[in-house]
Amino acid sequence: MIKAGKGRALRIGRREFVKIAAAASARVLLLGTHGWVARAATGDSSRKRLVVVFLRGAVDGLNVVVPYGDDAYYEARPTLAIPRRGDGAVVDLDGHFGLHPALAPLMPLWRDGTLAFIHACGSPDPTRSHFDAQDYMESGTPGIKSTPDGWMNRVLGVLPGHSATSVLSLGPVVPRILSGRMPVANLPLGRGAARPIALDNPRIEQAFDRLYDGADPLSRAYQQGRLARARLIGELRQDMIAADNGAPSPEGFPQDAERLAGLIQHDPSIRLAFTALGGWDTHVNEGASRGQLANHLAQLGQGLALFANQLGPAWDDTVVLVISEFGRTMHENGNGGTDHGHGNVMWVMGGAVRGGKVYGNWPGLGRGELYQERDLAVTTDFRAPILAVLQTHLGLTPTQLATVFPDAPTTASTPWLIRV
Amino acid sequence: MSAIGVAKQPLHLVNRLAFGPRPGDLETVARLKPQAWLAQQLHPESLPEPPALTEAIAQLDTLRMTPPELFAQFGPPMAVMGVKPDPAVVKAARRAARVVVQQAMAARVYRAVLETRQLREVMVAFWFNHFNIFADKGLDYLWVGAFEEDAIRPHVFGRFRDLLGATARHPAMLFYLDNWQNTAPDAPGARRRFEGINENYARELMELHTLGVNGGYTQADVTALAHILTGWGIVRRENPARPNFARRQRRLAAMGAVRTREGFFFDPTRHDFADKVWLGRTIHGSGIEEGEKALDVLAQSPATAHHLSFKLCQYFVADNPPADLVGRLAQRYLETDGSIREVLLGLFASSEFWDLGHYANKFKSPYEFVISAVRATGLPVRNVQPLIGTMAMLGMPLYGCQTPDGYKNTQDAWLNPDAMMMRLSFAAALGAGRLPIDRPPTDFMTDNPRHPPRALLERTGMAADDGIAAEATPDPIELAMTVGDMFSARTTAAVEAAPNNLRAALILGSPEFMMR
Repeated sequence: MIKAGKGRALRIGRREFVKIAAAASARVLLLGTHGWVARAATGDSSRKRLVVVFLRGAVDGLNVVVPYGDDAYYEARPTLAIPRRGDGAVVDLDGHFGLHPALAPLMPLWRDGTLAFIHACGSPDPTRSHFDAQDYMESGTPGIKSTPDGWMNRVLGVLPGHSATSVLSLGPVVPRILSGRMPVANLPLGRGAARPIALDNPRIEQAFDRLYDGADPLSRAYQQGRLARARLIGELRQDMIAADNGAPSPEGFPQDAERLAGLIQHDPSIRLAFTALGGWDTHVNEGASRGQLANHLAQLGQGLALFANQLGPAWDDTVVLVISEFGRTMHENGNGGTDHGHGNVMWVMGGAVRGGKVYGNWPGLGRGELYQERDLAVTTDFRAPILAVLQTHLGLTPTQLATVFPDAPTTASTPWLIRV
Repeated sequence: MSAIGVAKQPLHLVNRLAFGPRPGDLETVARLKPQAWLAQQLHPESLPEPPALTEAIAQLDTLRMTPPELFAQFGPPMAVMGVKPDPAVVKAARRAARVVVQQAMAARVYRAVLETRQLREVMVAFWFNHFNIFADKGLDYLWVGAFEEDAIRPHVFGRFRDLLGATARHPAMLFYLDNWQNTAPDAPGARRRFEGINENYARELMELHTLGVNGGYTQADVTALAHILTGWGIVRRENPARPNFARRQRRLAAMGAVRTREGFFFDPTRHDFADKVWLGRTIHGSGIEEGEKALDVLAQSPATAHHLSFKLCQYFVADNPPADLVGRLAQRYLETDGSIREVLLGLFASSEFWDLGHYANKFKSPYEFVISAVRATGLPVRNVQPLIGTMAMLGMPLYGCQTPDGYKNTQDAWLNPDAMMMRLSFAAALGAGRLPIDRPPTDFMTDNPRHPPRALLERTGMAADDGIAAEATPDPIELAMTVGDMFSARTTAAVEAAPNNLRAALILGSPEFMMR
C-alpha cells in the first residue's frame, strides 16, 4: 500500500511494487504538457541538476540576443530589427549584443553573473528541416538518423551512483530526447494532472493488473504507469493545493516553471528535467520589440525568472539550457517574418554558470561571413556547451561523455561556462 | 514466412482496412470472402451510405459551405469605414464560428464509426494526416473541415497528382503554410503584407508532401520553388462598388489571374515571371502553369513514389515496412501514373500484407483505439465530444497537430505508461456505459470539444455514485463475438474471473484490443 494523498491509498501488489521500484531508482516527470523531470537513485548524494528547455520551431536567435553593434543586422531587417535606442530598444549586454526587451526580467540574472549565452551556436548538419534538425539535437548525433535513443536518456544511463535507473515522465507522449534504453514512465501534469482517473478505482485496477502482469512492452508500460501514479499523484496534489492558496497561478510556461521549482524543492533528488515550448516558427508577422515573438519571449523570460527565484538556494545546483533546432534567416522575408536559417543562440543559466558573458566566436553578418550567403554561421557545435555542463556540473567522466555524445568534438581541456 | 490462415483473415482485413469490427462485420467479410470485400472497399461507390449516417451528416450544414462562404458567414468582423469592430463583437463572432470545427469533428467521427465503406475513411484520415493542417492556426478554424471535404475526400483513391493539386490550391493549406503571402519582391502587387518570398510551403511541399527529406533537393531548389509558387493565394473580399472594379478584374484576367469557387486565387501581379532553375531543369516564367508543372514533376518523381509507398506500408503492414514491398509499390506507382487505388491493390495482394508475422503487429494510434472501441460496442453515437476529448488526453487531438508532419503511426510514438493509464480509463468508462456518447449534444457552442471527458477523470466505479446515469452498456458476450477469437489464455482467464459488469471494460482494454 502506498499513500497517495488525501488518505487514499493506491494499491499495487507488494511483489510488483518491489519489482518495479527496484527498476525505478531514477525517474523523470513532466511539467505541463511537455516537460519531464528525472530523479536520482537514492544513495546518490549529488544534487546537481540539469533542466533543458527546447524551443520547437526554431527561435529567431538574432532577435533574442541582438547583435546591435552590426549595421548589417539593421540593413537586413528594416521592420523586424530591435532598435538600438528609444522605444522598445535592446537591453545592452556587453556593448555589442543586447537582449530582446521582452526578456528584461532575466537581466537580474545577467547582472549577478548566472546567465550566459553562446552565440552562433548550432548543429554541424546543414538541414533546414525542423523535423530532422530537432531529431539530431535530441539524439545528439547530427547527420545520423539511426541513433535509437535521446542524449538525455543516455545521461540517465551514466549518472554517477546509478546502477539500474528508470525514467518517469509526464505528458501524453515521450520526447525523442528522453526515449531509449532507460525505462520511461510518464504522468499527466498541467491542470488536471492530479485528478483521479477511472483506473484509480481499486476494482478496475485489480482486474487490469491481471491482464498486464507480463514482461511484454504493454505490460511494462502499464506497470510503470501504475507506479508513477502511485508515487507522484499525492505529491502533485499537495503542490497544487499549495499553489491554489494566494494569488492565482500564471498560465502557461510560468505556471509550469513554478511547479517545476516546487517539485525540485520537495525532492532534491530530481536530476534531469525537460520541457518543450512551441510557437517559434515565425514565417509571418514575427514582430520586433512587440508582437508575436515578443509575446512568446515574455512568457519564457517570466517563467525562467520565476523559476530561478523560486528555487532559492537550489538555484546554485541547477543549470538551465535553452536550445532550439536552428536559427532563422538574417534577412526578413516579404511577410514580416523570417525563414529557416542555421546558427542560433543557446542560453545557459544557473547558480553555477560563469555568466554575464556572451560566449562563442562571432562570425559576423557581412557579405562572405554568412552561411550560404543567408544565415548566421555556426562556430560552436551545440554539443560543446552541453558537454561542458555534463562534465563540470554533473561530473561525468570522459568515457561517460563519449557515451552521451559519440563523435562529438573534443571537450575543452580547461573548464569553461560552469564554475568548478 | 507463413500466411495468415483463413480463420484470421476477416479480422486482419477489418483491423487494417477499417477501424476494427462493428457487430456483424467479421461475418460479412467471411461470407463475401476477402477478395470481394476488398473490391467493394476499393470502390466505395458500389456500396450505399448507411441511412443513419446520411441522417447524421445532413444535420451538419457548414460541411457543405465553401471557404469563401464560411469566411463571409463566420469570419472575423471587418472594419467599417476604418473603424475597428468592438472587441466584444469579435469575440462573439469567434464563438459563433466554433460550430464549424465542431461539425467537422462530428462528421469525421460519425463516418469513422458508422460508415460501411471503411477503407475510404481510413484513407481520409491517412491523407489528411499526410497533408496535415492545424485548426488552431489563424483562419484555419474556418477551413479545416472544408479542406477535408474538398481537397482530401474526393481524391483518396484517385491519382496522387489530383490530391496534391487540390491541397496546393486549398485556402486552408495556403494559409497554414503561409504561401498566400508568398510574393515576388519586385512584382507590381508586392505591397503591405505581400512583399516578398516566403519559402515555408515550398519546403514542406517537397520534404513532407512529395519527395521526402532525402529526396535530393537543395536549399536553392526550395527558394526556386517558392518563386515558382509566388501569387498562389486566397481570394480576397472585394467590393464590386469600388471604382474601377470591373476594369481591374478584366486587367487581372488578361494577365492570367485564376480564381475558383473554393477560394483559390492566383494573383499574377504578385508572381515572379522570370525563368527559374529548379531540380536541375529550367521552368519558364509563365504564371500559374509553372506551379502546375512543378506539381507534375513532384508527383512523377521516383522519390515521391518511394516516400508515399513507405508511408502506406508503414500504415498497413509494419512499423518497419519490408524494403522489397516498398520498392515494388513505388514501381507500381510510377507505372500507373500515381494511381493510389492501384498501389493499394498491389499492397493488399502482396504476400507481405498477408504474412502471419505482420498479423496484429500494429499498436493502434489513439484515434484508431478510440474509434475501434466505439465501433466494437455497436453503441449509437450522437455526441462525439467524449471521444474527441479522449483523443486529446492521449496526445492526439483531432485537427490539433500543430506541425505539418502530422502524427506518427508507430508503436514507439504512442506506447507509454500514461497512454496505457488513459486508454484503460477510457475502456473502463465506455465498457461501463459511462461515456455520454449517446446523448445529443445540448449546445454545440458552449463546450470546448477537446476538454477531457468527465467520466475519465473521476474514479467512476460501476455504481453511479455521482448522479451520472449509465448509458446503454455493451454486453460482454456480444462484444467478444464482435471482435472475434483473438484473446490469449491470460486475457480469457482475466475476463472470466472479473465480475460481469467489468468484462466489457476488460475486453476493450485488453492487450489484444490495443493492436490491429
